[in-house]
Amino acid sequence: MGDPGIRVEGISKVFGKTPAKALELVRSGMGKAELLEKTGHALGLHDINLTIGAGEIFVIMGLSGSGKSTLIRHFNRLIEPTAGRILVDGEDILRLDEPGLRNFRRRKIAMVFQRFGLLPHRNVLDNVMYGLLIDGVTRRKAEERAREQLALVGLAGFETRFPAQLSGGMQQRVGLARALATDAGILLMDEAFSALDPLIRHDMQLQLKALQAKLQKTIIFITHDLDEALLLGDHIAILKDGTVRQAGTGAEILTRPADDYVARFVHDVNRARILTCGQITDRAIRVDTPGSVDARAPIETAFAAFAQGEQAIAVVNGNGQPIGAITWQRVMQALAGR
Amino acid sequence: MTSGFPTLWDSRSFGQALDAAFNALVAAWGETLEWFFMPVLRLLRLMEQGLQTLPWWVVLAGLAGLTFWASRNWGTTALVGVLTVALGLLGIWNEAMATIALMVVATLLSIAIGVPTGILMSRSDRLRTVAMPVLDIMQTMPIFVYLIPFVMLFGPGKIPALLATIVFAVPPAVRLTDLGIRQVDAEILEASRAFGASPRQQLFSVQLPLALPSVMAGVNQTTMMALSMVVIASMIGAGGLGYQVLQGIQRLEVSRGLMAGLGIVFLAVIFDRIAQALGRRMQTSLHQEG
Repeated sequence: MGDPGIRVEGISKVFGKTPAKALELVRSGMGKAELLEKTGHALGLHDINLTIGAGEIFVIMGLSGSGKSTLIRHFNRLIEPTAGRILVDGEDILRLDEPGLRNFRRRKIAMVFQRFGLLPHRNVLDNVMYGLLIDGVTRRKAEERAREQLALVGLAGFETRFPAQLSGGMQQRVGLARALATDAGILLMDEAFSALDPLIRHDMQLQLKALQAKLQKTIIFITHDLDEALLLGDHIAILKDGTVRQAGTGAEILTRPADDYVARFVHDVNRARILTCGQITDRAIRVDTPGSVDARAPIETAFAAFAQGEQAIAVVNGNGQPIGAITWQRVMQALAGR
Repeated sequence: MTSGFPTLWDSRSFGQALDAAFNALVAAWGETLEWFFMPVLRLLRLMEQGLQTLPWWVVLAGLAGLTFWASRNWGTTALVGVLTVALGLLGIWNEAMATIALMVVATLLSIAIGVPTGILMSRSDRLRTVAMPVLDIMQTMPIFVYLIPFVMLFGPGKIPALLATIVFAVPPAVRLTDLGIRQVDAEILEASRAFGASPRQQLFSVQLPLALPSVMAGVNQTTMMALSMVVIASMIGAGGLGYQVLQGIQRLEVSRGLMAGLGIVFLAVIFDRIAQALGRRMQTSLHQEG
């Protein structure tokens, strides 16, 4: 075991007949459009470098065509890169041979799909057991484990239903239970909630956060929805045209966008819901008016107090100790994106 | 030669050389091949004699029982029962049994050859490119053309009839197996790969079950193709209902041809209903596509 977590080093992917040659052209400066026109090769990803910590939710965010779905399929090698390395706990997974890769997929990494990818001819319980049975776990053990996971995602009692009999949200919870059942430390979620309608999507996001607080998996989450990325991600990488434009925490991306693209992207975000009181606290101020806000709470929780005419509100840390205060002016600056 | 097409090569000598080569092949391999297909012939005879010696009501009960088991539908079961009785009323019971035996054996062998071939084809685009025109040829080449070599190899009889029937009936099983597997939802297959399924596990847990409706449609077509071959196969000694039609033509007896013809139609309906019900039954667990 080397460093826990995942390191992506210089991953590039070119689609076409002679990808290695085409990649040489890219390295010598040819652009994506020119490459496609002159050689018929499509540049999917170019020189991706990421560090993903063990136990965090890492969101890869981008619009369609940005390469995010291609990128996530590199972590379990559903797609092979043209160049680069991927280290999982220090081990280069690109060196795994066929049986090694199969074992890696069976035990170390699991995946949740946008359109669920459930087997329509098997019932819910059999679907959740799928990864375990593939791995040769006995039916009895697999069933026991599958029932636990179904209870965990709130689907106890639905074991004998078939996927087509469930709503989208329930189907995706089956998909999540199936991925959790193998006890893999890494969870890949490919636009897992994008096919759900907004209310259910939000429920699922909260459920995932609650589960993650218990399970502490390393989760790589793909989305095209910035609000979802900011809500879930401990770290976020913004992908455009196959390159990473910026990687960092949600607050970093909001407050210090690396370039115009990212800036335009985050322009319409509801900052009051994403930025926390702690991030705009002035530690030099102490106020003794009653009422305070938690440093980890979003700025919007302080709005009610400001509405009653307060000029400054005390901010407390997790133990209830005052650490400073937020002022009306600071809130306005944060909302204006300064 | 009035068209004046120039003689660019000697097609007559080529034909003669081909005939000579095939004659040599027959001389060298005829007996081996005949020996090789002996088990198939035995199976066919056993089946035919079995069906003919069983009391008629056992066969009737068997067909009706099979239909009910597959369809769970009294109407379909009654239809199959009535049509089976009609075969006896038309006075063509024994011939019908011979035809059923030939058809069932030909269909089973076609499935045994066709489904695995279809699976292989679904995995290799190269094989598919080669196999597609071959399948087209098998279905469009007039059947009499490949009756000639089969008769030369085995002499007139049931084996060449069976083989010719298989050549004609196997393409739909191959095509629809290949098509069914290729149409399996890519995301479901990807999910199975992502959980570490080997190609074999993918085949049996995802591809075949999801391709089943298509495979069963192929099996149904194969059955119908086999049945439609029985008249022609009778010309080289397959016997059965087709032989009655042939005799009707030779003796100019409208009644004989008509009754045997009706018998073939009845058999077609019986086996179509059974095959369809089997297909539906195998899909019931699939529910509606999810």
